[in-house]
Amino acid sequence: MLITGTRKGIGRHLAETYARRGYIVEGCSRGAASFEGEGYTHTEMDISEEKAVKGWISGIARRHGRIDCVLNNAAIASMNHVLLTPAATANRMLAVNVTATMLVCRDAAKVMMRRRYGRIVNFTTIVDPIGLAGEAIYAASKSAVATFTRIFAFELGAWGITCNLFGATPIMTDMIKGVPKDKIDAVVNGLAIKRLGSLDDCVNVCDFFINPLSDNITAQVIYLGGVS
Amino acid sequence: MLDRTVALDIVLSTLRDAVDQNGGDPASVTEETVIVGPEAVIDSIGVVSLIVDIEQRLEMDHQVSVTLANDRAMSQRNSPFRTPAVLADHIIATESEGLAS
Repeated sequence: MLITGTRKGIGRHLAETYARRGYIVEGCSRGAASFEGEGYTHTEMDISEEKAVKGWISGIARRHGRIDCVLNNAAIASMNHVLLTPAATANRMLAVNVTATMLVCRDAAKVMMRRRYGRIVNFTTIVDPIGLAGEAIYAASKSAVATFTRIFAFELGAWGITCNLFGATPIMTDMIKGVPKDKIDAVVNGLAIKRLGSLDDCVNVCDFFINPLSDNITAQVIYLGGVS
Repeated sequence: MLDRTVALDIVLSTLRDAVDQNGGDPASVTEETVIVGPEAVIDSIGVVSLIVDIEQRLEMDHQVSVTLANDRAMSQRNSPFRTPAVLADHIIATESEGLAS
């Protein structure tokens, strides 16, 4: 199983959880690993670099001969009004959130095609459907991931590979630690289930999508909290 | 460094498998068999499969990691995938230009 962005937050929790359950987990992030565990291998890399992704996935394919699941969690956000957002910030967000997702999907799917089996889960966000002010570029990048995922699912269907989307509600991770509490409260109060998301909520959705029995579930999105 | 003869053998072998799976005659595949376009022996999805299968064989059997649908390929006027001979040349060029990782 490949999981991107595993140094902290949701990615780290997913990596620790699945490694503990016996999966062979290959994780990556820009920085060094923040934890160690049996069954977990960490790679430091810039996931938006095509050669880095190719080399990472080639190495995994050579070591293990297969890839069953990909959880594309890595992302960066920058909460800022569009009128105060530099082009470099927008481009970096698109590179990490969109291009990197495409690269990991592309190269992992090539390995999955050998066995005509694969489960890919790409991470999106509720800030796209709820239209949260201050997150325009981040939401736009995740909207691109959503469109990419739905179409990629159709491109992969013939090879038994599913590709789905997961959108979490706010979870207390580093990504939102700088967001004012009243902003978070306003988002939570607009949900059907009025609570923050939890790390185990994320595991639960991933469990469903990566289940071998979910072979007829593709191009779908699941949001937490009642968002649709 | 990959030898062109080896590259060509991989392309021909992979294409013959694809043609065979489509109910065609694998023995009819030569260096000049058309892979893309109106006269192609496989359809567009077959081309995708073929390119990925070739990449995977290069990777697993020869430890050569290449992305054949690269910027070099996409910028050419004529497809580098059009025949086994041309595709073998493209594999060698891609590797030698350091496009392999």
